[in-house]
Amino acid sequence: MAETHRLVVVGGGLAGLMTTIRACEAGMEVDLFSVVPVKRSHSVCAQGGINGAVNTKGEGDSPWEHFDDSVYGGDFLANQPPVLKMCEAAPGIIYLMDRLGVPFNRTGEGLMDFRRFGGTKHHRTAFAGASTGQQLLYALDEQVRRFEVEGKVRKFEGWEYLGAVKDGEGVCRGIVATHLVTMEVRVFRAGAVALATGGPGMLFGKSTNSVINTGSAAAISYLQGVKYANGEFIQVHPTAIPGEDKLRLMSESARGEGGRVWVMKEGKPWYFLEEMYPAYGNLVPRDIATRAIHKVVYDMGLGIDGNAVVYLDLSHIPAATLKKKLGAILDIYEKFMGDDPTKVPMKVFPAVHYSMGGLWVDYDQMTSTPGLFAVGEVDYSIHGANRLGANSLLSCIYAGMVAGPAMAKWCKGLKKHENEVPSSFFDGALKQQIDLVEKVKKMDGPENPFQLARELGEWMTRNVTVTRYNPKLQATDDKIQELQSRWKNCGISDRGNWANQSVHHTRQLYAMMQLARVVTLGALRRNESRGAHYKPDFPNRDDANFMKTTIAQYREGGVFGEPGFSYDPVDVSLIKPRPRKYDVDKGGTVAPTAH
Amino acid sequence: MANETDPKMVEVHVKRQEKPGAPSQWEVFRVKYRPNLNVIAVLQDLQIRPVTVEGKATTPPAWESACLEEVCGSCSMLINGKPRQACTALIDQLQQPIRLEPFSKFPVIRDLIVDRSRMFDHLKQVRAWIPVDGTYDLGQGPRYSQELALTRYKMSECMTCGCCLEACPQYGTHSPFIGPQAINQVRLFNTHPTGALNASERLESVMGEGGITDCGDAQNCVKVCPKKIPLTESIAEVSRATTLHAIKTLVG
Repeated sequence: MAETHRLVVVGGGLAGLMTTIRACEAGMEVDLFSVVPVKRSHSVCAQGGINGAVNTKGEGDSPWEHFDDSVYGGDFLANQPPVLKMCEAAPGIIYLMDRLGVPFNRTGEGLMDFRRFGGTKHHRTAFAGASTGQQLLYALDEQVRRFEVEGKVRKFEGWEYLGAVKDGEGVCRGIVATHLVTMEVRVFRAGAVALATGGPGMLFGKSTNSVINTGSAAAISYLQGVKYANGEFIQVHPTAIPGEDKLRLMSESARGEGGRVWVMKEGKPWYFLEEMYPAYGNLVPRDIATRAIHKVVYDMGLGIDGNAVVYLDLSHIPAATLKKKLGAILDIYEKFMGDDPTKVPMKVFPAVHYSMGGLWVDYDQMTSTPGLFAVGEVDYSIHGANRLGANSLLSCIYAGMVAGPAMAKWCKGLKKHENEVPSSFFDGALKQQIDLVEKVKKMDGPENPFQLARELGEWMTRNVTVTRYNPKLQATDDKIQELQSRWKNCGISDRGNWANQSVHHTRQLYAMMQLARVVTLGALRRNESRGAHYKPDFPNRDDANFMKTTIAQYREGGVFGEPGFSYDPVDVSLIKPRPRKYDVDKGGTVAPTAH
Repeated sequence: MANETDPKMVEVHVKRQEKPGAPSQWEVFRVKYRPNLNVIAVLQDLQIRPVTVEGKATTPPAWESACLEEVCGSCSMLINGKPRQACTALIDQLQQPIRLEPFSKFPVIRDLIVDRSRMFDHLKQVRAWIPVDGTYDLGQGPRYSQELALTRYKMSECMTCGCCLEACPQYGTHSPFIGPQAINQVRLFNTHPTGALNASERLESVMGEGGITDCGDAQNCVKVCPKKIPLTESIAEVSRATTLHAIKTLVG
C-alpha cells in the first residue's frame, strides 16, 4: 500500500480544526500548526452565535432565505454557488455542534434556542450564552485532542508559518515554520497544506481582533505569488468598547436581544437607527449601523458628552433575561468599564472587526497555488462586500468541511509522494527563511518596530476604514511606503536567540506592510460604494464597472515590490442583483424548485 | 490608586528571567498614566521604550497574550501576587508599585511566559470530549433542559488559564495532582447525555495516583477562577461519583 500522505494545517481556530477533523475522517494524518495552543485561537472572541435556518420558530425560514439575506447583505459581491451550499449545510452544522456537546441555550422543550441578528428578520442564530465562538472552538478542540490521542494528529503549537515550499512544477509540497521559543526554523513535507490563519486585524493597530491576528501568513502567501482577493473589504463593527490596548467587541446579539442604540438630541434620547431604518431598526447590517454612528457623531456632533461614543442600551430588559442570554459580554463590559450594563447604557463605538477579503480560493478552497488551500477568515469566498453577523462561525466550519475531503482527494491525484520530492526544493526554501530571520536579528538602526506598527495602525484606521477618500488613500499608500523604508532601519533591542518576540514582530511587520498596501490600493482603485467600502465621492454601487472580484498579485520591482491588480467577474447566476436598502423590507427571492 | 511619587506615572516591577534555569531578577519601569490603562497596555508601552527607571536600556519583557478580553486564557501571570489575567487587571484598581511575575507552578520559559502544556495533557487523561461516531450528518443532538445547558455552560467556560492550579497548594511540578481544571472537565462531560454513556472511563481516569483524592480542600481554586466556575462543586460531585463507582465496581 502507498504511504499515507500527511497534511499540514496552519491555524487552529474553527476553520483549521474542522479541516483537521474532516481530513482525519477521510483517512489522512495531519500536522497541525499554531502560534498559540489551539484552544487560545481567535475564534474564542466570537460572541453572538452561529446562523442556520433551522426554522424552529414557525417563521417560514429556509436555507434559501438565509442565502438571499447573505448575498443581499454582502451587496452582491460574493460568488453565489458556495454561499448557497453553506446555507444549505448550516442546519446540519448546528446539529453537529450540538452533538459535540456545545451548551447551546435551549427552549422549554429542550430544543436549541435561536435569536435574531443583523440583516435578517428571522430567529436564525443558535447561541451558547454570549461566548458562542469560544464554545464552538472548544468542541472542535476536544475532537482534535481525541484524534491526537489516537495518533492521527501531531500538534505543533508555538510554531509560526514562514512560507510554502513548492516543487519544480509550482505545486505546494510543504511549509517552512519557526518555533517561537527555540527560534528553530524547519521544513515540513506535506501532500497538501491548508492555511487557516484568520484575519489581518493588526494592520489597523487596535481592533476587535486578538493580537495574534497579524495577517502575516496571508501576506507571506501573497508575497509568494498567491492571489489575494477583495482585500479592500474590511468590516468595521458598530459596537465595541474603546480601550487603550484593544477595542473590545460588544456583540450584535445585544441588539438581537432588544438592545437599542441612541444619543441625546434636543434634550431627548434619539434612537437614530430605528428612525433611519424603520424596517430593520437596530438590526441593520454592520456597515449600515457603523456609517450611521459615524454620521451622528462626526457630522452631527451628537456623541455622548462630546466624545466619540454612542449608547448601546439594554437597561430596559429584565436583568435575569440578560444574564442568561448575554452574561459573558455583560461581564466584559463591567470588568473593563466598571458599569453594570443591566442598569446603565453602555458606551460604544465602531471598531475594525473582520476582513471579507482574503486569499482567493476555488470552490474546493484551493488557492491559486496548487496544493495550497485556505479556509476561514483568511479566505475571501463567502461574505462579499459585507459579512452578516453570525455567518463567520458558520463559514469557518463550512470551509473546513469542504477543505478536509478536498485535500484528501488532491493527495490521491499526486504522482509523487511528498517524501519523494527532491530535498533541494526544501533545502532552498529553508535557507531562504533562515537568511531572512538572521538578517532581522542583526538589524541595528534607530527605528523601533513596535512604533512603526503603531503608526501603520493609526494611518490605516484613520483613512482605510469607514469613509474613504481617494486623496487620503493615496497619502496612506505613500505613508506605508515611508514605513517600509524606515523598516529597513529598525533596531532590535533584543539580541537573544530564545523567545525573541522583537524578532518575530519585526519579521511579521514586513509582511503586514505589504498586505496593508493591497488593502489601501484596492480601496483606492474601487471608485464606487458597496457594502463596507464607502466613498462619499462615489456614493453609489456601480455594477457595470465594479461587480467584480479584486485580485491582487505581488509584482517584484524596486526594493519592496508592489501589488498588481486585475478583476474577475462575480457569479451571480442564482440571485439577480438588486439595490440594497434597509429602510424598507429587502423583499425575497424564490428558490428554484430544483432546491 | 495613584503612584505616591508621581501621579502621572505608573510604576511596574517585572520579574525577568532570560531562559529556563537562568537566574531571575527584578526590573523597575515607569510608564505614563492614562485612564483605563491595563497591565497589557503597560507592557505594550515597554515594547516601545524598554528602559528601566535607572535609565538602563533592556529588552522588552516577554509575555503571552491573544484575545485581551479574558476568553482565551493566554495572559495568565501573578499580578501583585495574585494569579489572574493581565488583560482584566486595570491599573486604577491595582496597588502600586505593580509587581508582575510568572506563575510559580509551571516551568518558566522566559520572563512572564511559562510552559502550561501539562494542563492540556491532563485534558487527554480525563478524556474531555464527547465520543461521537463522526462529524457527518446524523441529525439532531439529544434534548436537554435549559437548566442543564446553563450548568454545563458555566463549567465549559474554562479557558485552561491555570489560575486555579497556581493557587492550589496540592498542585506543582513535583506533584502528580491533576488539579481542579481537569476534574471540572470530568463533570462537564459526564453531565452531557451522550458523554454520560462513558462516564465511568472518565471517573476511572481520576481515581488513581494524582487523582481526585489528592485534593486537599483548600478551596483556593474557586476564589481565583476568572470565570467564577464552581470548581469546588465540581470536585465534590466527581468525588461522590467516584466513590459510588468504586462501590459499584466492588459489588458488581
